[in-house]
Amino acid sequence: MKKVYSKIESIAGNVITVTAEDVRYGHLARVTSSIGSSLAEVIRLAGDKVSLQVFAGGRGISTGDEVVFLGHAMQVSFTDNLLGRIFDGSGNPRDNGPRLEESLVEIGGPSVNPAMRIIPRNMIRTGIPMIDVFNSLVESQKLPIFSVSGEPYNELLARVAMQAEVDLIILGGMGLKYDDYLYFREMLEEGGAMSRTIFFVHTASNPVVECLLVPDISLAVAERFALKGKKVLVLLTDMTNFSDSMKEIAITMEQVPSNRGYPGDLYSQLAARYEKAVDFEGAGSITILGVTTMPGDDVTHPVPDNTGYITEGQYYLRNGRIEPFGSLSRLKQLVNKDSREDHRALMDGMITLYANYKESLEKKSMGFRMSGWDEKLLKYGEIFERDMMDLSVNIPLEQALDRGWQILAECFDPAETGLRTELINKFWPGGRNEPDEESA
Amino acid sequence: MSQASGHVVGVNGNMVSVQVDGDVSLNEVGYIVLDDTTTGETKRLKSEVIRIRGDRAEVQVFEMTRGLGVDDKVEFTGELLAVELGPGLLTRVYDGLQNPLPELAEQCGFFLERGVYVNALNRTKKWDFTPAARVGDAVERADTLGTVPEGMFKHRIMVPFNLYDQYAVKSIVDAGEYTVDDEIAVLTDGSGAEISVTMRFNWPVKRPIDCYAERLRPTEPVVTKVRIIDTFFPVALGGTYCIPGPFGAGKTVLQQITSRNAEVDIVIIAACGERAGEVVETLREFPELLDPRTGRTLMERTVIICNTSSMPVAAREASVYTAVTIAEYYRQMGLNVLLLADSTSRWAQAMREMSGRLEEIPGEEAFPAYLESVIASFYERGGLVRLKDGGRGSVTIGGTVSPAGGNFEEPVTQATLKVVGAFHGLSRERSDARRYPAIHPLESWSKYPGTIDPGMVEYARDALHHGNEVGQMMKVVGEEGTSLDDYIWYLKGEFTDSAYLQQNAFDPVDAAVNTERQKYCFGILFDLLTSKLNHGNKDEARNWFAQLRQRFLDLNGAEWQSESFKTLEAEIRDTINDKRAGTEANAMDFVGEIRN
Ligand SMILES: Nc1ncnc2c1ncn2[C@@H]1O[C@H](COP(=O)(O)OP(=O)(O)OP(=O)(O)O)[C@@H](O)[C@H]1O
Ligand SMILES: [Mg+2]
Repeated sequence: MKKVYSKIESIAGNVITVTAEDVRYGHLARVTSSIGSSLAEVIRLAGDKVSLQVFAGGRGISTGDEVVFLGHAMQVSFTDNLLGRIFDGSGNPRDNGPRLEESLVEIGGPSVNPAMRIIPRNMIRTGIPMIDVFNSLVESQKLPIFSVSGEPYNELLARVAMQAEVDLIILGGMGLKYDDYLYFREMLEEGGAMSRTIFFVHTASNPVVECLLVPDISLAVAERFALKGKKVLVLLTDMTNFSDSMKEIAITMEQVPSNRGYPGDLYSQLAARYEKAVDFEGAGSITILGVTTMPGDDVTHPVPDNTGYITEGQYYLRNGRIEPFGSLSRLKQLVNKDSREDHRALMDGMITLYANYKESLEKKSMGFRMSGWDEKLLKYGEIFERDMMDLSVNIPLEQALDRGWQILAECFDPAETGLRTELINKFWPGGRNEPDEESA
Repeated sequence: MSQASGHVVGVNGNMVSVQVDGDVSLNEVGYIVLDDTTTGETKRLKSEVIRIRGDRAEVQVFEMTRGLGVDDKVEFTGELLAVELGPGLLTRVYDGLQNPLPELAEQCGFFLERGVYVNALNRTKKWDFTPAARVGDAVERADTLGTVPEGMFKHRIMVPFNLYDQYAVKSIVDAGEYTVDDEIAVLTDGSGAEISVTMRFNWPVKRPIDCYAERLRPTEPVVTKVRIIDTFFPVALGGTYCIPGPFGAGKTVLQQITSRNAEVDIVIIAACGERAGEVVETLREFPELLDPRTGRTLMERTVIICNTSSMPVAAREASVYTAVTIAEYYRQMGLNVLLLADSTSRWAQAMREMSGRLEEIPGEEAFPAYLESVIASFYERGGLVRLKDGGRGSVTIGGTVSPAGGNFEEPVTQATLKVVGAFHGLSRERSDARRYPAIHPLESWSKYPGTIDPGMVEYARDALHHGNEVGQMMKVVGEEGTSLDDYIWYLKGEFTDSAYLQQNAFDPVDAAVNTERQKYCFGILFDLLTSKLNHGNKDEARNWFAQLRQRFLDLNGAEWQSESFKTLEAEIRDTINDKRAGTEANAMDFVGEIRN
């Protein structure tokens, strides 16, 4: 028989305190109030005082409501029946399907032993040159899209999800706009991917604590499928909402904030989630593609900043394009060495030139005379943006590399590209032209 | 000392309050006994005392605390948090508390199970011991009793550092095969009491190992084979340096290539609160990569301490101390040890998290008030020392710093800059432009001497400065407002940057450039910088430099002293000679040296 406690001593925000015995840290309780019942998690023990974080929020709870401790931590059902289903952050169905209670597994489990990891080796091709050529996505990578709100990040996420060759897609939505949630659902349904998708969705109007659970629950399920040999792609949008929920709760708990109100363990908390990305030797893998919106387009804001330090590269989405600067896939060198011999050099060379283009553009905007070199760069930048950066470009990697050489040949003499002679001899369209001194 | 016990009275994250029965000390290790209700198993979770008030101790738990409850038993050990020292540390991969990770994997599989601990040193492996001390010898801590071969090193079996008396050797075993648990000697202290000595002993991680005669000033450079470091911002054996930089600027890559190419005896890699994936690259590749200097695999000179970001944060705090203690241990054998810590900011954050839970009064950005002194005492553990036998050993420490927002005006960077001898600041601008390694050539500094003539280096640095100034000016007055002379300085600066400072970490040849080659190539560069060039106009100059850069990049990719290297070099020299019209006025002093 589970003991029922019916005296709640304090209610502050989403945290309630009761006096209880034999309670374990991190375990769950069920709180039943006049407006329904909710799960709650033990977040602090001090003597017999137990602090609980109520998933549905503290609002509507009265001091006389009942609390029953369940004797276990948060769990989620793991079966194939999850496929095609939609749940909220506590694992309750959001569709009209049945509640799933069989073969429960704990969420937020231990981390993978680093010695059991393997070097990532498989590129995930997306058909987007800014990704495939310049920032290759790699199986088991964790990578966020950095974006200001208003940019089509969810569209990009959906497009990658549809085009990527994976077995399973798990969408973790945090503070998702209802429309965006519907958009994802429609996209995946239309693309026929719904049967290999699982949704854990917290929308902007749901209780804030449930937002916190979304990554853990999504990743716990992903981990199980990966152990069974599935290649899982986990989409997390928007991790800034997740962090803000954490901030809200830290403040109610009167923790000392470290930076703009965020708790000092923001880094560890985010890392615990992102580090779930893994390639299991002899089994499947988890790849995480997240969204981090940057408040005020400020990349030094604590959320993008900490995320940048954790993730293996990031895609900056700005003006509907993936920016080549800042954007860096940390793992690309593991796969672009095997794609084609010119891949790396071309990638670096084109970006360096694009950076020069930006400088010339700045000079131009300040009204300076453009030298012959500046004119070349301006031409290059324009073509590069149109033929490479535009998100509507959808071509395989090899074709994109060829296009890169064409762009260079259209704009420059070989020596101006800074690329090594042997590559130029091999790939320069129409063979190597002798550099033309006059043209400058 | 009798061991105290206690029981849990509160749990807050990984900090647990314990009601103590008996005496405990700060940094003492205790185990919390957890009866796991879900699995039915009993687990003992390792923890460390971090505050004592009356009979209440606060302990930080090195494991996930989920499932702990009030009244759970706590068993204290009477011992401080320590590492195990002895032969067999090299080639190993440990977590922050010195548990060997591959062995944990053998026991537990893919995941790290809490409460599972494995001996740091193998207990059954036999070592080939050769005695050095003789019966009757007077010995003290850190004196050599004998040696065993550990890979390519002669590992000294020393009098344990925690024996502070004077001793006489009562007996010592003959040459032969022994395990780390076998008695190899018996010592008698002043009072005649006998002490049995084996090949291993424990040393508390937070106490520096100080069994040397004196500390010396670091002067000899560590060759890292990174041009911009060795030539412009050298690091000395026994010195300390830091690499602050925003995310993605190349801190880890820089450390990875240093861990491969640095000319030191032993490398300790402390992966502290960063990505597990990055350690894996080292872990998988080092056993395959040969160190050209020794012909042995890199793994044979490496120890990896790996407490990555998702592993328990308290163990992260301990991990840098575990690493530096092992480094100091090998220094006692007269070896040059390089400790690379990535990232010290994560370690500082671990301190911040605990400090927050202890409800200490926070300092800047909520870091504890003692942050600065803790960072200082960590770097102070580096150093070049003269050992009591007259030999020398060193611990060089290089730490990355991950400043919030990439802004160096933050507590960890600032505290670090106060204590280190070299600063390799990475810049976002340079990494965005793929100018790797993104060490800022104008803002970084080093107090250590390098291998190349300082006057020549200074000259090149001035050229960079001047070129940069012109570049900045040009942004205001445009190219048309810049004189041809200035423009050429600008091009020289840019050339120095792309042909010398930048180095491709992923190119098989360019990735590691030895001192001889650096001197040689720097000579060519210097020749260019000091030459007055005869160009008719800016476009012509720019084209000429572009061609020259192309050749120089090709040269950088050519095998040292190969045919193609020689051909390219000749071409480059011809190109320069072709346009030379004398020597720059400010270079007259040097000309005799290089152009005779
Ligand atoms: N020397 C280099 N040569 C070529 N590429 C480099 C070099 N240094 C860094 N890069 C590129 O930059 C990427 C990021 O580098 P790295 O992981 O070292 O950054 P970091 O400063 O450690 O970032 P974080 O703080 O997030 O850990 C690398 O994956 C690589 O693509
Ligand atoms: Mg790094």
